[in-house]
Amino acid sequence: MDKYNLNNSYKAVVIGGSAGSFQGIVKILSQLPKNFQLPIIMCLHRLKHVRNGFVEALSIKSVVQVVEPNDKESIKKGGVYLAPSNYHMSVELGNHFAMSTEEMINNSRPAIDVTLGTAAYVYRDKLVGILLSGANRDGGLGMKLIKDKGGLTIVQEPSECMIDTMPKAALSLTQIDYTLKIDEIVAFLVELNKHYK
Amino acid sequence: MIQDIDIADLKKITELIQVKYGYDFRNYAMSSFKRRMLRILELKSLTVESLLKKLNDQPTFIDEFLDELTVNVTEMFRDPGFWRIIRDEIIPGILLNHKQFKIWHAGCSSGEEVLSMTIVLKEMGILQDVQLYATDLDTTILDKAKQASYPIKNMELNEKNYIRYEGKGSLKDYYKEENGRAVFDKSLLQNVTFRKHDLVKGEVFNKFDLILCRNVMIYFNQTLQNEVLKKIHESMFKYGYLAIGSKESLIWCEVASKFLVVNNEEKVYKKIKD
Ligand SMILES: C[S@@+](CC[C@H](N)C(=O)[O-])C[C@H]1O[C@@H](n2cnc3c(N)ncnc32)[C@H](O)[C@@H]1O
Repeated sequence: MDKYNLNNSYKAVVIGGSAGSFQGIVKILSQLPKNFQLPIIMCLHRLKHVRNGFVEALSIKSVVQVVEPNDKESIKKGGVYLAPSNYHMSVELGNHFAMSTEEMINNSRPAIDVTLGTAAYVYRDKLVGILLSGANRDGGLGMKLIKDKGGLTIVQEPSECMIDTMPKAALSLTQIDYTLKIDEIVAFLVELNKHYK
Repeated sequence: MIQDIDIADLKKITELIQVKYGYDFRNYAMSSFKRRMLRILELKSLTVESLLKKLNDQPTFIDEFLDELTVNVTEMFRDPGFWRIIRDEIIPGILLNHKQFKIWHAGCSSGEEVLSMTIVLKEMGILQDVQLYATDLDTTILDKAKQASYPIKNMELNEKNYIRYEGKGSLKDYYKEENGRAVFDKSLLQNVTFRKHDLVKGEVFNKFDLILCRNVMIYFNQTLQNEVLKKIHESMFKYGYLAIGSKESLIWCEVASKFLVVNNEEKVYKKIKD
């Protein structure tokens, strides 16, 4: 499938999502190849004061165990990570996460812009950013930052989104590389994994 | 809208603050430190150059600067499950050996955490037997902590947390509403000493049976976390307890082997070796 230009050796995938993204995420995680090598770093809007349950719900069908990392935990090959409730999650130089309780951004903590923006800074053109369904504009700026650093950007096809505000925000802020349905995103990730060096 | 700031510029700022004011931010975690700096520049409409000049020429600016730089976001009864462990396991554990004891809230911010502790102790009927110390680097926020008065809009979350903590009464029993603020009963703070203390400088000023240092070390890099934890360890009695934030971990630190995990979910540890 050379319709995607995957010659750049991508090192990580970041995924942002909010309202209406849960089913899509579950589908992606359940259809990932078992040997998926790139770390997947997810920031999804979630109930602020419900610390437990979300990661478990995501893990049920996932082929890989989803973890909510601790502060300064290293990012490992093949790891699937979810930003914990009530913390912003950044990617730090040196290949680890950092948590923060800073003010909410776009009414959200965790904020997708924080995770995507810091990942863009660290992985530069070696990053794939994916933004799914959502009801606010969080993530749009993060996608722009990924694009500006030369990373690859994908948004969920707005017509397939339960709420398309989020992907549309990204589309209006930057030149998004691909607009794909969930099934196509899965196929893309399978291809991406084959090209992993 | 979002500008970026060079590492070289960040270095200039941290160096100036260190040389002129003696605060060392060189080992703060880069991602959040950078966001704070960008935020200050935007908030005060400054450039890196004008910020450096202001810090250099206007010594009174430093307190305001530190207040903006530090992340002071906090809640009463944050992580209600943690507070139940404190009430049901940790404090009873301390009471087995001492009737009177000392607690340190390191990085107490605007005081919600220490105030929560006084309410726990009061409901256990032992507030008078406990000496509490609440410290922070940020003197502006310490002044707020001493007031124990919070915007009423914050109380919805605090009340929710207290209900999930399963306290004895209602949080309303402890404050009066005045001019849109929740003003807490000052007698709760009768045994609390507020003081300025910089964890980076690491002065050991007392020994404690319980230390809470939650959501403070997340702003430090691993080198600094390691150093600070040594000082915290030194500030504890053997068999004392340490609580860190729910997304922090001790496992990779040098002092890790000197602690036992008491509760992994709520991140409570017990010192077992000097
Ligand atoms: C996010 S608040 C934590 C408040 C409370 N412990 C909680 O968990 O909700 C972090 C606090 O750490 C303080 N802090 C940052 N660096 C510090 C240092 N070097 N020494 C002492 N306090 C520091 C900040 O001023 C801020 O008030």
